[in-house]
Amino acid sequence: MSRWLLPALLIAALIGAWQLAASTGALADVLGLEPFLVPSPSEIATALWENRSLLAENAWVTLQEVLLGICCALVAGLGFALAMHLSDTVRRAAYPLLVGTQAVPIVAVAPILIVWLGFGIGPKLAVVALICFFPITVNTLDGLRSVDPEAIKMMRTLDATRWQILRRVEAPTALPYVFSGAKIAVAVAMIAAVFGEWVASEAGLGHMILQDNARLEMARVFAAVAVLAAMAIALFGLFALAERRVVTWR
Amino acid sequence: MRQDTKMPTEAVQFGTADASPSRVDPPGAAVSIRGLHHAYGDLDTIERLNLEVPPHGVLGLVGPSGCGKSTLLELLAGLQEPGAGEIAVGGSSAGEERLAHCAYMPQRDLLLPWLNAIDNASLALRNRGLGRTEARRSADALFERFGLAGFERSRPAELSGGMRQRVAFLRTLLSGKPVLALDEPFASLDAITRAEMQGWLAAALRSDPRTVVLVSHDVEEALYLSDRVVVLSSRPASIVAELSPPSPRSADRDEAVTDPEFVAVRERALAALHEGSR
Repeated sequence: MSRWLLPALLIAALIGAWQLAASTGALADVLGLEPFLVPSPSEIATALWENRSLLAENAWVTLQEVLLGICCALVAGLGFALAMHLSDTVRRAAYPLLVGTQAVPIVAVAPILIVWLGFGIGPKLAVVALICFFPITVNTLDGLRSVDPEAIKMMRTLDATRWQILRRVEAPTALPYVFSGAKIAVAVAMIAAVFGEWVASEAGLGHMILQDNARLEMARVFAAVAVLAAMAIALFGLFALAERRVVTWR
Repeated sequence: MRQDTKMPTEAVQFGTADASPSRVDPPGAAVSIRGLHHAYGDLDTIERLNLEVPPHGVLGLVGPSGCGKSTLLELLAGLQEPGAGEIAVGGSSAGEERLAHCAYMPQRDLLLPWLNAIDNASLALRNRGLGRTEARRSADALFERFGLAGFERSRPAELSGGMRQRVAFLRTLLSGKPVLALDEPFASLDAITRAEMQGWLAAALRSDPRTVVLVSHDVEEALYLSDRVVVLSSRPASIVAELSPPSPRSADRDEAVTDPEFVAVRERALAALHEGSR
């Protein structure tokens, strides 16, 4: 419990200080802004509560983009890593390309994706998947290659086929690496989804933030950011929990 | 073929009769190495080696570190192909056949941490297509006999070093192959556990003889467990001496290794080892 006490106290102190600074107008004075542009935590909480159905609707849109995007990245990343692991030719040919995908600025590619894939969920999925693909693929490949060569020899003398070696030795060895990759992916997926919505969208928390920012509805912007952060933390926690349930030998 | 020990003529199967009826010890199954030469890159590791192991004989190999003993076992087990010469297991020198006839136990136990003890031990049976329940049933009786009863469902991390080594040995046995290639099977254990495990392995081989090639850096271990011990020189490995210990695998290990005749053979082995390391 004491593990949580210290960070909880720190967060409470920060929120308290913010509340004090914002409600007295001191924070707005320091920033040289109109007080209504600097909402206090209590105003943000009120905005959260009053706009709960609007926030939930938009959060659901963003969550779908994130979850489906991660699923696409997992399927593609695991498949690609496996292909590179099983074939030296594929790995030598494709590895530079894989690194290349990470070097391409998604910011520059997103508008192209909108032109190609339209204004629906398609381009957001593509942005999320593109960003999540790299950490999942690289981690999985590292995991598959980290297998003890002695263990493979041992399996061969126990009459294992290539497929059995993959299933009984290589895949379980790679599993913790896959989870590491997925956790990194989850952390950046939310950012990717918001960015995808900023380029072109009709709904989603990113869309909402952009609209409210233009209308100077600052409390609701903060409320949307809080929901985004909560979703990202919850997803990360979900993956960490799944890892603990699956990888029981560590 | 050298026949310096009395060997049972009947094939004895090690607990896997119902699991793998096809893997009965074939008549004349033995190890035969003729003019073996092997190199690792430009480095000659094995030079003109000739060795024979009769069926159910135990051959000990000792030699300085890095002399190619482990390579020899990998060649035997069909994990590598020799540069020149012939290495045959069960009468066949084809790599596939060596792999099929020879079970290899590496230095480290290499138990898979995500499988429990009994699933680790029965890996070979699973690889041959047996279901989990059937494979476990085949391994069950041996767990009892090897003093592992009650630990069937324990993960390797929960077992002591000696128990892990026994599970690894069980895994090698359950592959049902007539020839065992053991690479310093007890090297990672402390002195007391190692002595216990040597006595235990001797008992296991007394009740169920197998053809064994045992690599060890421990002269005493090799002399106690083997019918014949070959001392190899440093790289490239060639034979320096061949020794026959007085009473291989006798029931009382402590008595056996302090027997004056045993001690004399050990001294000769150590002298040969020094000579070969030069």
